[in-house]
Amino acid sequence: MAHPPVLALRGISKRFGGVQALVDVDLQVRAGEVVALAGDNGAGKSTLVKVISGVSPADRGVIEWEGRLVQIKRPHDAHALGIATVYQDLAMCDNLDVVGNLFLGREIDRVGVLDEVEMERRARDLMRTLSIHIPDVRMPVAALSAGQRQAVAISRSLMGSPKVLLLDEPTAALGVEQTSHLLDLIEHVRDRGMGIILISHNMGDIKAVADRVAVLRLGRNNGLFDVSTVTQEQIISSVTGAADNAVAHRTRGDEEAWP
Amino acid sequence: MSRGGPQRDGAPVATGRTPRAPGWQENLRAYALEVRGSVRDGERGPLLVVAGLIVICVVFQALDDKFLSPRNLSNLGVDIVGTGLVAVGIVFVLLIREIDLSVGSVSGLAGAAFAVLNVNHGVPEWLAVIVAVVAGTAVGAFHGFFFAWLGVPAFVVTLAGLLVWNGLTLYLLGASGTINIDEEGLVASLTSRHFDADVAAYAVAAVGTAGYLLTVRRRRSRHRAAGMPYRPMGEIWLRTALLAVVSFAAAHTLNRFQGLPLALLIFLVVLVVSDYVLRRTRYGRRVYALGGGVEAARRAGIGVERVRVAMFMVSGTLAAVGGLFVASGLTSASPTTARAAGSGMLLINAIAAAVIGGTSLFGGRGSPWSVLLGVLVIQSIASGMGLLGVEDAVQFMITGGVLLAAVAADALSRRVETRRGRP
Repeated sequence: MAHPPVLALRGISKRFGGVQALVDVDLQVRAGEVVALAGDNGAGKSTLVKVISGVSPADRGVIEWEGRLVQIKRPHDAHALGIATVYQDLAMCDNLDVVGNLFLGREIDRVGVLDEVEMERRARDLMRTLSIHIPDVRMPVAALSAGQRQAVAISRSLMGSPKVLLLDEPTAALGVEQTSHLLDLIEHVRDRGMGIILISHNMGDIKAVADRVAVLRLGRNNGLFDVSTVTQEQIISSVTGAADNAVAHRTRGDEEAWP
Repeated sequence: MSRGGPQRDGAPVATGRTPRAPGWQENLRAYALEVRGSVRDGERGPLLVVAGLIVICVVFQALDDKFLSPRNLSNLGVDIVGTGLVAVGIVFVLLIREIDLSVGSVSGLAGAAFAVLNVNHGVPEWLAVIVAVVAGTAVGAFHGFFFAWLGVPAFVVTLAGLLVWNGLTLYLLGASGTINIDEEGLVASLTSRHFDADVAAYAVAAVGTAGYLLTVRRRRSRHRAAGMPYRPMGEIWLRTALLAVVSFAAAHTLNRFQGLPLALLIFLVVLVVSDYVLRRTRYGRRVYALGGGVEAARRAGIGVERVRVAMFMVSGTLAAVGGLFVASGLTSASPTTARAAGSGMLLINAIAAAVIGGTSLFGGRGSPWSVLLGVLVIQSIASGMGLLGVEDAVQFMITGGVLLAAVAADALSRRVETRRGRP
C-alpha cells in the first residue's frame, strides 16, 4: 500500500475500575474506505469510539495519524486532527432550523451579527453536494424525519472538512428507505476521500456499505474481514464468539495481510 | 412554530419562506392559507392573542365606556412598562428553559434601594439608580452561580431568592417605613414624563414602520441576490400596512391625552434591542441553542455555564429596572408595596405576559416581542377590573386563571409539535 492509513490505533487498552473495557485493540482506516466496527453489546465499540473522539482517552496504546504519532486527550484534539463524530443521540437543537444546527458554534458573522444569507447559501450547497433532500433548510429540526435528522447530523459533522468520520449506530432508528438513503450518503462521503468508521449491529448495512469489518469481542479484536469475501454467518459467529478464530485473525492483523 | 405564520418576521425557529411563484394575489392567497393552516393546527399565533385582546377590549368597553378612552389607554401604555420590562428579563431565562421566581422581589429591592439611598442618605439620583440596577445584576449573577456552577435547580435558587430579597427589602425599609421619592426627580419622571408635542408619537410610529419596511426589504433583496427563496413583496406590504395602522392609531390615541409617554418609548427601545440581540447575533443564537438542547450546545463548543449565568444577570437587571418604573409609578417605596412585590403578583403577571405572547416555558421558543402582546392582555384585564372596582380577591383568581390557561396552551402546542415532529 502506497498510503499509510489516515488513522491507525495499535494496542489500545482501557480500564474502567475493575473492568478491562479494551485490551490491545488495533484498528486502521484509510482514506476513502469504510471500516465497519461490529460486536455484541459490551464488546467495547462505544469505548473505542470515545477513545478515538477524545471523550475518554486510552490508558495504553498508540494512535497514528497519517503515519505520525499523535495524542488524543480531549475532544478538541480529535477535532483539530480532523476526526468528526456523529453520536447515536445526534444531539441537535430541535428548536433551531437546519441552517442553525449546521452552523451551531461556528456561525458566520460580521462583527457578531449573523450572516444568515451566507449560512443559508452554504447550507444549501452542502445539501446539494451530498444529495440530501430536505424540503426547506429553514425548517426547525424538530419537524424533520429521523432519517433527515441523521443526514443533517452527518452533514453538520462534515462542516469542518474532517478526514475521518465516526458514525455510531447511524441506522439504528431508521426505516428501510431512510437506511438506504443513509447508506448512499455514506458512500458519497467515502467517495470524497474520507475514511469512515461505521459502528453497526446490522449485518445488512455492513455488507452493503463497508469495505472491511473489524469485530470486537469482550474488548479484544476478534477478526478482521474483507466484506467482499466474508459471509454474514462468518461475521456473526465472530461477533458471538462461536468462531474460535480470534488468534488467527489477531496474528494476521498487520499491514501486509490486509487486502 | 408558525411556519410562514403571522409570527413577527420569524424568530430563528421559524422563518417560513417557502419558495413561491411571483404574482402577489396568489402570494397573498397562499399566505392566508398558511396562516389559516397554522391557526387550525392549534398553533397559538399572535393572531389568537390579538383576537383575545380585542375580545377583552370589547367586553370591558361594554361594561364601562371609559375603558377605551385615551386617558385610560395612555395610562395603560405606562402601566405595562414595569411589568413588561420584568417580563422581558423572564423571556431571556425562559429561552434557556429555566425560570426566575425572584424577579418580583428583586424589582421591589431595586425600588427600595433607590429610595433609601436617594431620600434617606442623600445619594445623587443618578448614582442611586445605577446602584439599584447593578444590585439587580449582582443578584442575578448570584442566582446564576448557584444554578450553573453548583447545579442547584434554578427554581429552588430563585424561590429562595424570592424570600431573601424580599426580606432584605423589608429590612432596608424597616427603619423608615414608607419613603416618598422626589416627584420632580429622575425616577419619578420615568413614568410621569410625556412628550406632549404630537410630532413625537407620530415620529416614533413612522420610524418604526419605515425601519421595519427597510430591514425586511433589504433582507429580501439579499436573499434574492443570492438566489434563495424570499418573501413576496405583497406580504411585506401587507405586514407593513398593518404595522403602520396599529402604530399610527396608537400614536393618535396617545396624542389625544398627554402624548407619547417616556416609559413606553423606553420599553419599545428595550424590546427592539433585546430582540435584535437574540435573533440576529451570534450570542443570541447560543441562547436559543441552549433552550433547544443543552448537550448539543455543549458539543458545539458553547460555554453553557457562562450563558446561563448571563441570562440570570439579564433577568435580574431588567427586574431591577422594572422595579424602578414601579416605584416611579407609585412615587414611593413602602413596606406595603414591598410585601406586594414579594407576594408574587408581579412575578405571575410577568410570567403570564411572556407566555401569553408565545414564549414557551419549555425553552428555545419565543421572543421579547411576545411580551408586548402578553403584557397588553394582562394589563388590560387588570385595568378593566380596576375600572369596574373588582375586589382584589377576584383579581387574584382571574390573574392566576389566565396564567394557567396560557401555560396550558403552551403545553398543548408543544404536544402538537412533538407529535408532528416525529412521524
